[in-house]
Amino acid sequence: MFMQQMVNGFSLGSMYALIAIGYTMVYGVLRLINFAHGDIMMVGGFLGYFGIAVLGLPFGAAVILAIVGSALLGMASDRIAYRPLRSAPKISLLITAIGVSFFLENAFNVFFGGVPRAFPVPAYLEEVVDFMGLTMPVSAIIVPIITAFLLAIILWVLFKTKYGMAIRALAFDVGTVNLMGIDANRIITLVFGIGSALAAVGGIFWAVNYPSVEPMMGVLVGLKAFAAAVVGGIGSVGGAVLGGLIIGFTEVVVIAFFPELGGYKDAFAFIFLILILLFKPTGILGIDFEKSRF
Amino acid sequence: MNTLMLKKEQWLKISFVAITVWFIWFSNSHFDEYTIRILNNIAIFIILAVSYNLINGVTGQFSLEPNGFVAIGAYVAALLLTSPEAKQYQYAIVDPYPFVLTLHANFVVALLLGGAFAATLAACLSFPVFRVRGDYLAIVTLGFGFIIKILAINVPEVTNGSLGINDIPEFSNLYWTGGIAMIAVIVVLNIINSKFGRAMKAVRDDEDAATAMGVNTFKAKTLAFCTSAFFEGVGGGLLAALLTSISPDLFDFFFTFQLLIIIVLGGLGSTTGAIIGTVLVMGGSEWMRFLDEPMNLLGYETTAMPGMRMVVFSLGLILIMLFAREGVMGKRELTDLLKWRRKGGK
Repeated sequence: MFMQQMVNGFSLGSMYALIAIGYTMVYGVLRLINFAHGDIMMVGGFLGYFGIAVLGLPFGAAVILAIVGSALLGMASDRIAYRPLRSAPKISLLITAIGVSFFLENAFNVFFGGVPRAFPVPAYLEEVVDFMGLTMPVSAIIVPIITAFLLAIILWVLFKTKYGMAIRALAFDVGTVNLMGIDANRIITLVFGIGSALAAVGGIFWAVNYPSVEPMMGVLVGLKAFAAAVVGGIGSVGGAVLGGLIIGFTEVVVIAFFPELGGYKDAFAFIFLILILLFKPTGILGIDFEKSRF
Repeated sequence: MNTLMLKKEQWLKISFVAITVWFIWFSNSHFDEYTIRILNNIAIFIILAVSYNLINGVTGQFSLEPNGFVAIGAYVAALLLTSPEAKQYQYAIVDPYPFVLTLHANFVVALLLGGAFAATLAACLSFPVFRVRGDYLAIVTLGFGFIIKILAINVPEVTNGSLGINDIPEFSNLYWTGGIAMIAVIVVLNIINSKFGRAMKAVRDDEDAATAMGVNTFKAKTLAFCTSAFFEGVGGGLLAALLTSISPDLFDFFFTFQLLIIIVLGGLGSTTGAIIGTVLVMGGSEWMRFLDEPMNLLGYETTAMPGMRMVVFSLGLILIMLFAREGVMGKRELTDLLKWRRKGGK
């Protein structure tokens, strides 16, 4: 029973982590809380749904469609809505981000309806297997594995490639990066692309787990994922994963052992956020934001 | 010169009060019920927009709290105003706590308590948030709005869950809403023009420089946040007494979004702008009702699209931010415009 819940918590936490990475990277380079990030995850879920249910694609192809589509949407949102405001006061950027978020939610609501649509989960993901004495669906095992794999890729990109070096440099000083002959705007767009692609994977996992998609699904998840990024230490990819796992575990474990608190499960992430701001604002990994990045 | 300006400012204030009082009296006796209802709404939203502008526009701290604080003010006022007999039969989900039934107070006390409650919660929130950096305020207040809604649904012993509280006596009329809107505008303007207001603007323009000049930025931000929370609580109480029934769904994020677009359209940081924005957005949103209904576009009949207004609103917000960031008034007030004209005339 306990082990079962641990696996569930790990699976939920991985989804939060995937979304939190996007928040932490964008915050790292732009100091912007990208409110639209949760909605990009929703778009990812919807694209997966359209790929399978409307276009009749196999699951894998639909996932790729969702990743590419969301990455393009993320980059477009940066190009259209955020880039013209680079030199504006930060509050303008935040207001625009809220506008983009609200636009995505309501546009999907108007054109595709607010009623949740059943997500066609492929049979092999729903199959229940015996794994080390635990019975669980394949998806619960696959989610953490894919998350770990994607995390490894992200860390490799950040620390072993030239693009990663540019991203890390950008987090220190945009002006100097431009002086070094790097097109800062292109790198920022790349960061939005990476973050949105991960959010799309998170959205697909979410849609598989709760087999449905709806326009408002990204709101609360986005909020919790941001809380996760702060809890782990904003600006740090490892911290985002750690924070996501902590919040995922807490939700699952508390509800498993105190079912009467079920109605409050959406409040835990928020309480964590307040506590971490009170006692250790730099997050668990303790990254001093003025000294190191990612 | 200086004394002349002072006299002019005072003259402006007196004429502002006189015109408002006359307008309230005139509309109360001449307009039909529908118009008065819209005017009531506009007056309440002026209270909310002017106080929301204090934290967002004047202090430059992006917060998304109004729906939470308005909900608190509305629930406090609703619980205090509704008579014990009316409450007795409403609680269908579970029996209310005994103290809920005994609560009763008159209108003024209920409004003030709602505001005080909201301001106290704001003080509790501002401690963890402003101690770090203003950035997190937006996400903490966004989460706070959700928590209030979760609480309203999950503590039916007090709030009657998703059924909400009904049969609230209709105390709000144009004298109350318009009068309190006037008081709110005057109080907020006085704060902006005091040394606290100058500290708030300093925080907005450059927080590091303000700290270096000895401004207590934590105090300035907290004061702005608590003041807006207080008036949002009062506004919530007025709203509850206007609508006569409230439920958790009323206070979702759209509420905050409307206020955000109001202050952005009017010009962030301008109280005059907040008032103009309220009139434009509230009037415009009545006018745009046709968007949600079936339309005849070039002979092509579209189906009803509920929510289309919100898409237009959000696009409008993005476009204002991108192409007309100043809004209608920028950071100017009515008095600045008059001053400028005088200079130009000479």
